[in-house]
Amino acid sequence: MDILSILAESMRSALGPVAAIYALAAIGLNLHFGYTGLLNFGQVGFMLVGAYGVGISVAVFDLPLAVGFGVGLLCALVLALLLGIPTLRLREDYLAITTIAAAEVIRLVYRSGFAEPLTGGVYGLQNLAGDFRALNPIPPGTYGVGMLSYNASHLWVMVTTWGLVLLMAGLTWMLTHSPWGRVIKGIREDEDAARSLGKNVFAYKMQALVLGGLIGALAGCMMAVYQAAIQADQFKPQVTFFLWVILLLGGAGRVFGPVLGSMIFWFLMSFTDGVLRGLGNLGLLPFLDGPDYGAIQLAFAGLMLVLLIVFRPQGIIGDRKEMLINVK
Amino acid sequence: MRTRLVTVLLALITAILVIPGPAATADEQGGEALHGQIRHPGDRDQGVEGITITVFEDEDEIGAAETDPDGNWEVELPGPGTYRVVVDQESVPSEFVVRETAIVAGGESEVEVEAGDRRPLIIALEAPGATGDDSSASPSEDATEESGSDGAAPAEEGEIAVGVDSSASFGERVLQLVAAGLLFGLVIAVSAIGLSLIFGTTKLINFAHGDMVTFGAMAALVFSSGAAGLGNSLLAIFAGLGAAVLAGALLETRLGRGALIAIQWSAILAGIVLATVLGVLGDSVGWQVPLWMAAVLAVLMGAVLGGCMERYIWRPLRGRNVALIQMFIVSIGLALVLRHVILVVFGSGRSRYPGFQIQEMVNFGPISMPPRDLVVMAVAVVVLVGVACLLQFTRIGKAMRAVSDNRDLAESSGIDVDRVTLYVWGLGGGLAALGGVLYGLNQVVEYEMGFRLLLMMFAAVILGGLGTAYGAMAGGIAVGLVAMLSTLWFPSQFMQAWALILMILMLLVRPQGLLGQRERVG
Repeated sequence: MDILSILAESMRSALGPVAAIYALAAIGLNLHFGYTGLLNFGQVGFMLVGAYGVGISVAVFDLPLAVGFGVGLLCALVLALLLGIPTLRLREDYLAITTIAAAEVIRLVYRSGFAEPLTGGVYGLQNLAGDFRALNPIPPGTYGVGMLSYNASHLWVMVTTWGLVLLMAGLTWMLTHSPWGRVIKGIREDEDAARSLGKNVFAYKMQALVLGGLIGALAGCMMAVYQAAIQADQFKPQVTFFLWVILLLGGAGRVFGPVLGSMIFWFLMSFTDGVLRGLGNLGLLPFLDGPDYGAIQLAFAGLMLVLLIVFRPQGIIGDRKEMLINVK
Repeated sequence: MRTRLVTVLLALITAILVIPGPAATADEQGGEALHGQIRHPGDRDQGVEGITITVFEDEDEIGAAETDPDGNWEVELPGPGTYRVVVDQESVPSEFVVRETAIVAGGESEVEVEAGDRRPLIIALEAPGATGDDSSASPSEDATEESGSDGAAPAEEGEIAVGVDSSASFGERVLQLVAAGLLFGLVIAVSAIGLSLIFGTTKLINFAHGDMVTFGAMAALVFSSGAAGLGNSLLAIFAGLGAAVLAGALLETRLGRGALIAIQWSAILAGIVLATVLGVLGDSVGWQVPLWMAAVLAVLMGAVLGGCMERYIWRPLRGRNVALIQMFIVSIGLALVLRHVILVVFGSGRSRYPGFQIQEMVNFGPISMPPRDLVVMAVAVVVLVGVACLLQFTRIGKAMRAVSDNRDLAESSGIDVDRVTLYVWGLGGGLAALGGVLYGLNQVVEYEMGFRLLLMMFAAVILGGLGTAYGAMAGGIAVGLVAMLSTLWFPSQFMQAWALILMILMLLVRPQGLLGQRERVG
């Protein structure tokens, strides 16, 4: 077991495009939970409709990539309205139940044999990244230092995804430092107080849900473009739970919380994976098979979620006072 | 503190930057490859083994791969370029042919691979003669063929086997689906009562409830199929935990705090030691019980699991004044832990209870059911009536309803709320485990079954009214009926979507549910 190469591999995944895509989706979730106090347990549903918006437009109808992004974002808008209208007037638990159920049902529908002509069923869609790669302005070659070097197409994906992350983080900063941001923070602290000041709480919550959902869909679009192929089974509920871990690890209600959280989360995931495999190769884990490692990692993520929320709800850079929401 | 953290991080990053690493770069640069998974057309969660795939560049063979038992294959490529992929038709099982798609034609495919690209290539199989749009119809044909011996064809992931003869007339199919829906609804109702009661007493939505269902089904499977080494260890651990929780509940007022903690910890430690000893002994102390006995054991263990969660997780959290939203997140985390621990301990296979797969159908006019389904329905009805009697006529049942109605009022009228909550969790855990056994008897047992049932349970409790036990029963049956009857007109994969739509409609029209009391919302 080579600790240094495991560390280097973990560092690569902490800076890689997957971490950026998760950071992007977590920024959306941050807008929901961190700033507005909405319990969205179905962020993966927004990612799925975004990814399939790109996938279906590009692979089935042969439309340009920009149209695919548009379709994906439009689908997310519709999904947010469908979820929000019945539940946002009610207590927060109803939104939680509806989102977790809706995300899973959407996945089951997209992977069903019935929808196969459009979504490719369980096989998914492929050949999605042609336009994106054609846009690559970076000349071929290898860039970087030591272990952190990338070829041109990898670098292009990383530049765009992290660029989007910075853009959305900036957008979050501007939004939350505007009058609109102060209202949604007020709703998070005390809904009734915001209502008694004459604010239309339902409309503000809906706007936050839609915005966060759109950012989530953007993450889904980037996922389709990065992988060049999508399958419905990539959008299992655990993706949402990863996003929650990322958000709580970094610090909810902080602009850079999700970004930092995503980097640390993927570093840890990659590190535990490397260590487990290393131990397995040394024969120290006799009662576990290969597939169990993934399950142990997921259990570890769940445990991390529990411990974080109990012992450090504000995460790494959060403010504890901000996270004491809903304590009455 | 923060500056120190940043310094350490920076040091780490510089250290990694300056290490010249051949290992990682070899993995990334020049790591072009083609990979994919070939799945069984009938059951898409299974792969097909032994299909040979060869990759050519112009006319030169670059590499070949054979699919492993899960259907996965991978071919490493020397560099970017255009490759021709050929599926060896000889190695494809004779009952299938390679499906023609836009990319794969005649078992061959041209693929363009970019630098550093590990590209997936989709190769699908199908039955000969079936065209693309026909494949959705073939599973139902299979179901018809098999319905003589066994009502339920192996269901695809996410799909619930309907088990209805599609050649019957419309009226007959309605009756058959009503029966199937009633069965499904009763199973949902049994599992969902606990969810609703737990919400009523603690205002907590237990996202781990679905995994408690899985736990019950898996435990019963272990005991009834005679995997005794694992079963013994589990029994020992749960006996220890159960003894600790019971001691806590019964002796709390009679013993001092120190003595109580000593008793509890010695019980838990004894359980763990016993479990280790039994685990080391393995299958040499093997035994096997019939399914009903295994179900009783599973229900007891489910009750212990529920009690433990309340006693050792939720009660301390309530004591720390953790907010409700945080508690939801904790329960999500617990669900993730529980599900994957179950996956590691019991494995990811899909199995059925031994001895109940093939049964003669019993006919009631147009409705025919295997006897196991009749037993499931009878057990569910008896349990539901029993729970209703418990809630209606016994002291503890009245206390549960009182706490569920208004926790503060119940506490001020002298009810020991903590103890009632513990009993509610025990009852809920036991019923969830029973629901798991019944659901597993009707469908297949696998580690995600509970999570899928959880979606139906959510629909049921919201439909009936969050926090009301009778509402969960009514909602469960309604959701089951709607889900099954929707398959008359719509594909069965949309079953869960219909349950969800029913739930959303209910939220729009009557947010408090069928039997819930109106409270001021929004």
